Amino acid sequence: MAVEYETHEHDVIVIGAGGAGLRAAIEAAAQGVSVGLVCKSLLGKAHTVMAEGGIAAALGNVWPEDNWQVHFRDTMRGGKMLNNWRMAQLHAQEAPERVLELERWGALFDRTKDGLILQRDFGGHRYARLAHVGDRTGLEMIRTLQYHAIHQGIDVYMECKVERLLRDGERIRGAFGYWRNTGAFVLFKAKAVVLATGGIGKIYEITSNSWEYTGDGHAAALWAGADLIDMEFVQFHPTGMVWPPSVRGIVVTEGVRGDGGTLRNNQGERFMFRYVPEFFKAETADNEAEADRWYEDKRNNRITPDLLPRDEVARAINAEVKAGRGSPHGGVFLDIGTRRPPDYIKKRLPSMYHQFKELAGVDITKETMEVGPTCHYVMGGVRVDADTTQSTVPGLFAAGEVAGGLHGSNRLGGNSLSDLLVFGRRAGLYAALYAKDLGGRVVVDTAQVEAIARELLEPFTRPWNENPYAIQAELQETMQDLVRIIRTESELRHALRKIDGLKDRAKKVRVEGGRTYNPGWHTALDLRSLLTVAECVTLAAIERKESRGGHTRDDYPKTEAEWGKENVVVRQKNGTIQIAREPLPEMPAELRRLFEEKK
Amino acid sequence: MPTYTMRVFRGDARRGDFREYHVETAEGMVVLDVIHRIQATQAHDLACRWNCKAGKCGSCSAEINGKPRLMCMTRMDTLAEGAPITVAPIRTFPLIRDLVTDVSYNYEKAKTVPPLRLKPPDPDGRYRMMQEDIDRIQEFHKCIECFLCQDVCHVIRDHDLKRQFAGPRFFIKIAALDMHPLDTRNRTEFAAREAGIGLCNITTCCTEVCPEGIHITDNGIIPMKERRADDYDPIVWLLRKFRGQRPEPA
Ligand SMILES: Cc1cc2nc3c(=O)[nH]c(=O)nc-3n(C[C@H](O)[C@H](O)[C@H](O)COP(=O)(O)OP(=O)(O)OC[C@H]3O[C@@H](n4cnc5c(N)ncnc54)[C@H](O)[C@@H]3O)c2cc1C
Ligand code: SF4
Ligand code: SF4
Ligand code: FES
Repeated sequence: MAVEYETHEHDVIVIGAGGAGLRAAIEAAAQGVSVGLVCKSLLGKAHTVMAEGGIAAALGNVWPEDNWQVHFRDTMRGGKMLNNWRMAQLHAQEAPERVLELERWGALFDRTKDGLILQRDFGGHRYARLAHVGDRTGLEMIRTLQYHAIHQGIDVYMECKVERLLRDGERIRGAFGYWRNTGAFVLFKAKAVVLATGGIGKIYEITSNSWEYTGDGHAAALWAGADLIDMEFVQFHPTGMVWPPSVRGIVVTEGVRGDGGTLRNNQGERFMFRYVPEFFKAETADNEAEADRWYEDKRNNRITPDLLPRDEVARAINAEVKAGRGSPHGGVFLDIGTRRPPDYIKKRLPSMYHQFKELAGVDITKETMEVGPTCHYVMGGVRVDADTTQSTVPGLFAAGEVAGGLHGSNRLGGNSLSDLLVFGRRAGLYAALYAKDLGGRVVVDTAQVEAIARELLEPFTRPWNENPYAIQAELQETMQDLVRIIRTESELRHALRKIDGLKDRAKKVRVEGGRTYNPGWHTALDLRSLLTVAECVTLAAIERKESRGGHTRDDYPKTEAEWGKENVVVRQKNGTIQIAREPLPEMPAELRRLFEEKK
Repeated sequence: MPTYTMRVFRGDARRGDFREYHVETAEGMVVLDVIHRIQATQAHDLACRWNCKAGKCGSCSAEINGKPRLMCMTRMDTLAEGAPITVAPIRTFPLIRDLVTDVSYNYEKAKTVPPLRLKPPDPDGRYRMMQEDIDRIQEFHKCIECFLCQDVCHVIRDHDLKRQFAGPRFFIKIAALDMHPLDTRNRTEFAAREAGIGLCNITTCCTEVCPEGIHITDNGIIPMKERRADDYDPIVWLLRKFRGQRPEPA
């Protein structure tokens, strides 16, 4: 029986309308090719809207000493040198121009006294570097891009979910999915596809990520034959809300610490001073007085340990709680109320003030917050060519959180929003050039398309009765309990077995109702990518037998020089997921020198 | 933990009614949590929109006990426990299913607003703006596009004037662009002819429901209406447009 679907044809299809996807679509359209932009939610609701703290770019408006080399160095050190050096270089070099471009498109960042873009302190950044708008920078960014994009002749397909990428033996041919509103199927024929689907955080129970983060782009790329790298590196943001239960995981911006907030345990101690690793000792304050002076005078003082990179802070909080020095609800305390005046807090952190007041009944200008680690970001993703963002599959490009490499083993706060702009633009540009070069018409194998469509309809007619929400919840618990911040081989293997079991059960999911906006059906379909990325993370975590950045092994607690030269690569061959270790691209001597000089 | 009776609208464009669900709640739960719990345990196909669960994305608009609100920012313990709590879709827009409506009207209107036309930069190639000159506009930029103001506006709701009327969300969008220190475009004609600002009779309903606390009427619509008459005179318009811009710093 033939299945019905509508067909749209574009030179370039961009999947995802967060910062990366919007920037890619704008750039591709500027090259004069026809562009389709597809997203699961309404336009303007992607994760990018939630970003709070700011965009990292060495504009040098606050500290003229800042420049791309310093930003590059901070990024590499934050990622424990596992970053793709070329991506880190391009990112640091191009971020300032991308931010200024946003301003020309109407974005209104907070200002310095001279009327330039103000920059704030954030973890791991040597100088105040984050362009921001209070604590709602992502909102400003996505609105600016969104309202710029709608005048560029881009066709937007919203609330439309891509299920699979289509390729023939050689190259990418498009994508297939459905409209959430109607359940009707859609075929996109395209010469080039840009993936900008964001992250995978929904594999965890405690997460700052929304329903969208089921790893669709990661999984679709893998199934289409692309390589993924660094999947073992998952970032736990050190400060998520912990109480009440319904807000558990919602992020408290690092801007709180950037603006003077400090972490304390239940003895009132500023414990971060005890957790400064050797790697950062020379550059970090070792007493409270110096740490406090640093906010005002960065030339003569070293950075506060409250602003160590996220992996360090998350592990420290984890250890404090384990040692019994935590807060009543299993976190630690974050205090800004005693350190800064109420007006300053409300002006700099209005949405944090609002969020705690409304959701937790806490007035952060007077009371301390309770915070603990929450799954936030995945460093790993589609392996791309640094300059063009092309994956290992011709015609498939990736940018933003779905791409791997830039952040190495740990991302610095603020480096994602800049990543979206820098590599979103590059993805749009090179996808358009690729499509122009290719010419001709795209032919898609209709048998392949119909087979996918029939598979997507299976949950309506299966003879079993598994509940998709229950399977999702069990997977989240499994990952939360067994593929944790601190990992160990036996638990990781246990997780793999559980994932296998859940995969079998996912094949028996049955959904009620029809195809019109049916979240039960949507959740059932999401399970396939969710389980795939969970397996990738776990397999990669087993493979890397050391601790580095967002991957800490109880059984291999040291950072090993040998592992610093290798990426863990995940790819699918003949239907099974395979793991390999491959060498990192080598950094040229003139950049290496930046790490040898003192400071 | 208290158990609540929820009356949730179930249905599509053709038919529908309220259905009752009994849900046990935990401390701090918001209406969206309860909807999710119903979804996971009692009605897998209950349709609703959400993303951030923290009042930042504007996806989860609904009418709770008749009041237009964000489900993720409405705590259960602020609602009376004894009586059933009704949750209905925002009703100004066509229903798709359950709590999900077709808000494409807003996206169509968004496209009609003439975008920023940039003035030339300072001699050193940079743009400078003073914080006090953008405070007011930053207030408008807080908009999360929840469309609750559009939902309550009687011009959109009661009359079928939708075609000639952009609504409060887009009045503040126009105001933000008009007040933008780097913009050089005149949108006076547009605001009157295409956005239909004259149809607004300043009931302030929009301001009352805005979850971001934006002073839509006082800071946006009223000054725009006042400026309108003047702005038909191009000299006055130019003067206003460039008023407040500082001399170039040395
Ligand atoms: C609370 C919070 C605060 C943050 N704060 C900061 C910060 O201050 N600074 C910073 O640099 N970073 C921050 N981050 C991280 C940053 O916001 C994200 O990493 C970034 O926005 C991701 O952007 P993106 O364009 O890659 O994806 P997103 O913005 O997530 O967009 C993904 C898009 O892909 C679409 N999509 C996904 N799957 C499919 C599919 N199958 N079919 C069709 N469409 C699909 C979605 O609908 C969406 O449009 C924060 C993150 C969170 C959660
Ligand atoms: S004040 Fe004007 S725009 Fe606002 S709700 Fe009333 S009529 Fe509509
Ligand atoms: S102005 Fe307020 S009510 Fe209207 S869409 Fe924006 S945030 Fe929502
Ligand atoms: S879910 Fe984002 S505003 Fe409610």
